[in-house]
Amino acid sequence: MNITIIQIFVILFALFAWSRAFLRMRGKSISVGEFSFWSLIWIAVLIIAIFPGLTGGLSGFVGIEKGIDLAVYVSILLLFYLIFRIYVGLDNQKNEITKLVRELSIRDAKIRDTKIKELKRKK
Amino acid sequence: MNVFIVIAAYNEGKSITRVISGLKKAGYDNIVVVDDGSKDDTYNMALDAGATVLRHVVNRGQGAALKTGIEYSLRSGADIIVTFDADGQHRVEDLKAMIAPVKSGKYDITVGSRFLKSVQMPFFRRLTLKIAVLVVWFFYGAKMTDAHNGFRVMSRKAAQTIDITSDRMEHASQIVEEIHKKNLKFKEVPVTILYTDYSMQHGHGGMFQALRVLARMIIRRIIN
Repeated sequence: MNITIIQIFVILFALFAWSRAFLRMRGKSISVGEFSFWSLIWIAVLIIAIFPGLTGGLSGFVGIEKGIDLAVYVSILLLFYLIFRIYVGLDNQKNEITKLVRELSIRDAKIRDTKIKELKRKK
Repeated sequence: MNVFIVIAAYNEGKSITRVISGLKKAGYDNIVVVDDGSKDDTYNMALDAGATVLRHVVNRGQGAALKTGIEYSLRSGADIIVTFDADGQHRVEDLKAMIAPVKSGKYDITVGSRFLKSVQMPFFRRLTLKIAVLVVWFFYGAKMTDAHNGFRVMSRKAAQTIDITSDRMEHASQIVEEIHKKNLKFKEVPVTILYTDYSMQHGHGGMFQALRVLARMIIRRIIN
């Protein structure tokens, strides 16, 4: 089996990315579920990188000529999905920041209000 | 009845004092200004003018600021909540006619409309606002003559029911959507909008901003 440079490059990258995901799970910044999701993706990338012939059968089955084309199509779809997830996540985060800013401002105003009332009473 | 006037202000130091003193003179004492992270002196100007001032430490947009003011007013026991612009576009004289339908209990919310009487207005602003009316009709099936007027009066119930989740300018359309989704009784009241040079500079953007708002509305529809 001939392994090309690009295959080695992809394999190394997938291993590197997978190890990052593992470290982040160990550091508890992603959950086991999320780690499984990334594991599936990087394992799939590894398998396809090592045995590119595999995609040939699959691409024929879904009606795409070359295996590598199928891989590219799937990657693009996956990227879109991930961008969408990031967008939703960002949106949620924006809402949370707004909530925080709101509560802070109301709390400050209430504290000031009671201080003013106390001052008036003392006078 | 406790009437609270909520004003969202972002860099409105030049006009905020005049707006607040106008309201005070007319006998409205509960004025809540939300300084939305202004870079100018809006906060101190509003405090000096005698308003209750809330300050967003970072700018969150007009929708978010209004919601903060509404939330504060509700917690302070407001019966009626008015949203009013900080740049001097709205006339204090119109307040009475805006509040009356809500005060009587017949309506939950009144929205100001600048198109119920004939007005002079820059062409592009008129066009943008008319397109907005069409968009609101298309998205929400709401027939209004002026969907993007910042002058509104809400009953306590309406203020509690309407949920503003859009931080930025799309909140105006969202309020219309909420009115219709939650079957609130609303009425459009003719008001006069003063187009001064200052308010034109500070106005809510031109066509481009309107398009951005539209794009965000569509994205929001897809996500939710």
